[in-house]
Amino acid sequence: MRVTKTAAFAAAISLAAMGAQAGTLEDVKARGELNCVVTTGLAGFAAPDENGRWEGFDASFCRAVAAAVLGDGEKVKFVPSTGKTRFTLLNSGEGDILFRNTTETMSRDTDLKLNFLPVNYYDGQGFLVRSDLGVTSASELDGASVCIQTGTTTELNLADYFRANGMSYEPVNIETNEEGISNYSANRCDVYTTDASGLASTRAALEDPSAHILLPEIISKEPLGGATRHGDDEWSDVGKWVVNALIIAEELGVNSTNIGELCGAAGNNPSINRLCGTEGDMGSMLGLDAQWAVRAISVAGNYAEIFDANIGPQTPLALERGLNASWRDGGILYAAPIR
Amino acid sequence: MSEVAIPPQRNAISRLWNDKETRSVIIQIVATVLILGFFAYIIRNAVDNLAAIGKGFSYKFLWQPSSYDINQHFIEYSSRSTHFRAMLVGLLNTLLVAVAGIILSSILGFTLGVLRLSKNWLTNKLAYVYIEYVRNVPVLLHILLVHGIIVHSLPVPKNAINFNDTAFLTNRGFFTPAPEIEPLFWAVIGLFVGAIVFMLWFKQFAQKIQDETGKHYPVALIGVGTIVILPLIVYFLLGSPIVWNIPELKGFNFKGGMVIRPEFIALWLALSGYTAAFIGEIVRAGIVAVSYGQTEAASALGISRGRTLSLVVIPQALRIIVPPLTSQYLNITKNSSLAVAIGYMDVVATIGGISLNQTGREMECMVIVLLIYLVLSLLISAAMNWYNNRIKLVER
Repeated sequence: MRVTKTAAFAAAISLAAMGAQAGTLEDVKARGELNCVVTTGLAGFAAPDENGRWEGFDASFCRAVAAAVLGDGEKVKFVPSTGKTRFTLLNSGEGDILFRNTTETMSRDTDLKLNFLPVNYYDGQGFLVRSDLGVTSASELDGASVCIQTGTTTELNLADYFRANGMSYEPVNIETNEEGISNYSANRCDVYTTDASGLASTRAALEDPSAHILLPEIISKEPLGGATRHGDDEWSDVGKWVVNALIIAEELGVNSTNIGELCGAAGNNPSINRLCGTEGDMGSMLGLDAQWAVRAISVAGNYAEIFDANIGPQTPLALERGLNASWRDGGILYAAPIR
Repeated sequence: MSEVAIPPQRNAISRLWNDKETRSVIIQIVATVLILGFFAYIIRNAVDNLAAIGKGFSYKFLWQPSSYDINQHFIEYSSRSTHFRAMLVGLLNTLLVAVAGIILSSILGFTLGVLRLSKNWLTNKLAYVYIEYVRNVPVLLHILLVHGIIVHSLPVPKNAINFNDTAFLTNRGFFTPAPEIEPLFWAVIGLFVGAIVFMLWFKQFAQKIQDETGKHYPVALIGVGTIVILPLIVYFLLGSPIVWNIPELKGFNFKGGMVIRPEFIALWLALSGYTAAFIGEIVRAGIVAVSYGQTEAASALGISRGRTLSLVVIPQALRIIVPPLTSQYLNITKNSSLAVAIGYMDVVATIGGISLNQTGREMECMVIVLLIYLVLSLLISAAMNWYNNRIKLVER
């Protein structure tokens, strides 16, 4: 007993049981709970509501994976993380999967040993300014003080943008979004910059949202997606296909209300049948049962439903689908087919 | 159990074990090995695990461009500079706030300590209330509070508080004229350094004369004259060889001149004010610990009040004050790492923050930050121990 305790303690304060070994899927099934790394709280993406229940775009993807693997979308333990700790939490095995509005980049994919899941939100870095400054374009920001929420690739994009355009600026690097907003609203900075989705969330939370505008320039590509750690391809596949299934469900018109009807028995559309598990043997290829996708879609709906419920035009964030519309509707959201 | 009681045929190990001194040595060796083994295991485990996911321990990233900007830098720095240079910039910012904090907290602390001993009821109680309030609120809250007050209450650059069109106070900093030094100014600097060297010699000389003849020179007054007034006269005689670069409002911000940023001011004031409360109590304890009989003896010998304090009370009080003062200086240095909360770009915010985040090298960056604080703390300790040795009681 003492030996186990000491060993557990040693493992905990060292970098913990590292996750290079395969078998995360078995681990999650045996544990009966999915550990999902999310933000410490970003309205619309992942934040606890008044009852302490995690809600949001990213949280819904966590629940969809839990439903596909464990059969119950509530069997998720949300692991809050800062920009600094997110990859350590994932790589150390504290989390099984990460959905934390995280940009897929080459160095993260290779050097940080992550496997990125399909992009679930196409974002880009933007600028939030007070409307009374009279600024209409980011090219007029020469000499401005810029508040940056540190802990992302934001500093790099900003430095590159101002350098490429031959402009100067005063960076004010703030650790948390709350302190960043406080500085921006106190006029310590002329500009607040982070991903456009985050700015929409920030603007919605300001005292008078209409007194602030998002500048039209988007200065970076920020494809946001989930991630798993290197070395466990089976588990990465599970994450990848759950995300794809939610996107495909929208393409096929399958949503949480009509899914019982469409997936009750095999119909005429083979694509829907394969998604529903009423035809073929897709689930077992993933190491799951035939109903995996049905459960994933039932818990929070398809991609469109998740988007609309958390960040869409009807929510305080009021984000348009834009690039994130399905490819059928002029967007670039395009998932590989299930077959 | 005496030595005689041990039968000679007993084996060597049990004899060693029965000897009290050897036993304690053995236990110490075993304990050391166990502790070192434990840490070796943890480090090994971390390195192995990093290697297992293919992340070797490497400092190559230090020579890559940092790709981010820092608002306060005392050495040449841009987003094309290396992560190593970003670390140096951060280190200098840490040093600045630590040194400035140590100076201000000492001044405030000594004042508070003396006020606490004042016979005036009001000053005494005011100091008491200040100390109790400040000591019992976490320093992070002080920092956030002071920063909040500065950025929320001071005006924006457009409505800056204007000091005669040369200096401007805004919530983005205190903009002051920056000196641009002309070659002739080095003559003034040379004179200033020379004056200090001269005064160091003169102080010893004056002491010698006093020891021999009892004649007392006003060393402090002569010091001010040579070190401050003489260089000032020469400065004006040379036609003020400094050009002042005056800040001007252009676009969003003031351009030109120097700026003291609100992040620095907030961190500096909050850390100093917080640590001063502790220093005040240390100083009070040190002075109170010198027996009142010493003061009475001094006045019986006809020594003036001021010289009683500087020759009798303070030297003895310092012996009690300096050791705990050292840990306060260490605290202020370490607490400066809270800078990251308000966006002051210290060593934690640069190499331990943005660099870490951009390169994903958590272990490497944290080791650097750890070593920097360790070295800084050891240097401060060494300096204070040297000072403590100098002033400690000379036993004859």
